[in-house]
Amino acid sequence: MAEPKPPGKMRFEEAFEELAAIVGKLEAGDLELEESLGLFERGQALAERSSQLLEEAELTLRQLEGDLTNDPE
Amino acid sequence: MLRDMSQLSILGFQSAIWSPAELNRHIRQIIETDYRMGDLWLAGEVSNLSQPSSGHLYFSIRDAEAAVRCVMWKQDVARMPRLPQDGEAIETHGKISVYEAGGQYQLYVDELRFAGEGELYQEFLLLKERLEAEGLFAAERKRTLPRWPRRIGIVTSPTGAALRDVLNVLRRRYPLVEATVSPTPVQGEAAPDRIVKAIQAINKESKPDVVLLVRGGGSVEDLWAFNDERVVRAVAASKAPLVTGIGHETDVLLADFAADLRAPTPSAAAEIATPDSEELKLEVRELQIGLSRAWSDHQRRLRTALQVQRTALELVSPRARVDSARQRVDELLHRATTAIRHEISLQKAAVGGLIQTLQAVGPDTVLARGYAVVRKTVDGSVVQSVKQVSTGDELQVRVSDGEFGAQASSMGSS
Repeated sequence: MAEPKPPGKMRFEEAFEELAAIVGKLEAGDLELEESLGLFERGQALAERSSQLLEEAELTLRQLEGDLTNDPE
Repeated sequence: MLRDMSQLSILGFQSAIWSPAELNRHIRQIIETDYRMGDLWLAGEVSNLSQPSSGHLYFSIRDAEAAVRCVMWKQDVARMPRLPQDGEAIETHGKISVYEAGGQYQLYVDELRFAGEGELYQEFLLLKERLEAEGLFAAERKRTLPRWPRRIGIVTSPTGAALRDVLNVLRRRYPLVEATVSPTPVQGEAAPDRIVKAIQAINKESKPDVVLLVRGGGSVEDLWAFNDERVVRAVAASKAPLVTGIGHETDVLLADFAADLRAPTPSAAAEIATPDSEELKLEVRELQIGLSRAWSDHQRRLRTALQVQRTALELVSPRARVDSARQRVDELLHRATTAIRHEISLQKAAVGGLIQTLQAVGPDTVLARGYAVVRKTVDGSVVQSVKQVSTGDELQVRVSDGEFGAQASSMGSS
């Protein structure tokens, strides 16, 4: 498995989906203590990241170049 | 009356008496021999519109002075985008014939168009039919929208209300997204061509996850660019899934048919294309709760498993063996002790026997018969001969029930 991405650098959907996956894994059980502790801690960090992104997001708006002179609306 | 008629008949004024069926059929034949009655357009206002459960449509077309009964069969009704309304000006096409059972002549309508839209509408229908036959609107072409769009392309007028509505919805619902506007005029001669270019440009330059093609409400003519074949094809060819939100709920344009999803309005298009961050916040919270619960459940499971292991471990541990060895030692010790005690008591008994034997052969029995044991007081030695004693020696004399002191006085051998 690749090195897990630090939650602070994750996009919302990445954090959210990994969080959901972690909850599923923990619910399924069948884990070593150390592994599950790691998952739990990462889950907490991901949940914080997800909420933070939702709270702080601001719409990014861009416009493609276009000649709009003399255009009727 | 009947008699009068038969009299007329006899007089030769009339050769036959008609039945209603015969008459109606005759009139129908007269009408149907007039080729103009088989293919005509009739314009006027709709009145007495009704559509019974059969699905056929009955109405009259009237002007200020007169009315004509009309019927339109169900399958023709089904092809219309909407039903006409009472009082609405329409143009109908069909043939005139007679409904014999009712003695009623009427227009059998096979085509109906709404006044003002007439020709445009015909064009629209033809183009729609053609593109449909080509498969451009097929359900299997429709793509599903991504759940998490990162980039949304918006093809619309940069100054229109539609863009403002869309941006408001995006800011409120899913501000995580990056919105890129691909500006284009949305009405007028140049519009179709520019809309096509704007759809292509946004796909090429911004690589959006979803494209919104939106325009606010307007008259049919205002919206007509979205029925243009070039626009419809560009919509179908969009690399990213495309959602249309053009005009109002009731406006359905060919671009809508070609889109992956049609929203009734620009705002609705933005809503359909994005998840709602308020709901997402709730979901995150639920996941957080789920995480804690799953964690504590997991811990409980681990603890239970640990307890089970511990019990199992104790069953197989050396301590158990030590305990059992210890017990065995105790047992052996006990047995040994018992055995030794037994041995001791046996020995005791033996000793007792010996003592008795000893006593039997000992001096006491002899003493009891009147003998005495004489010892020299000086050294306790038993006196067995007179040679051992000198006159004046202190002696100890033991008889059967005690001792007393004595002194040697006269010596002599026996």
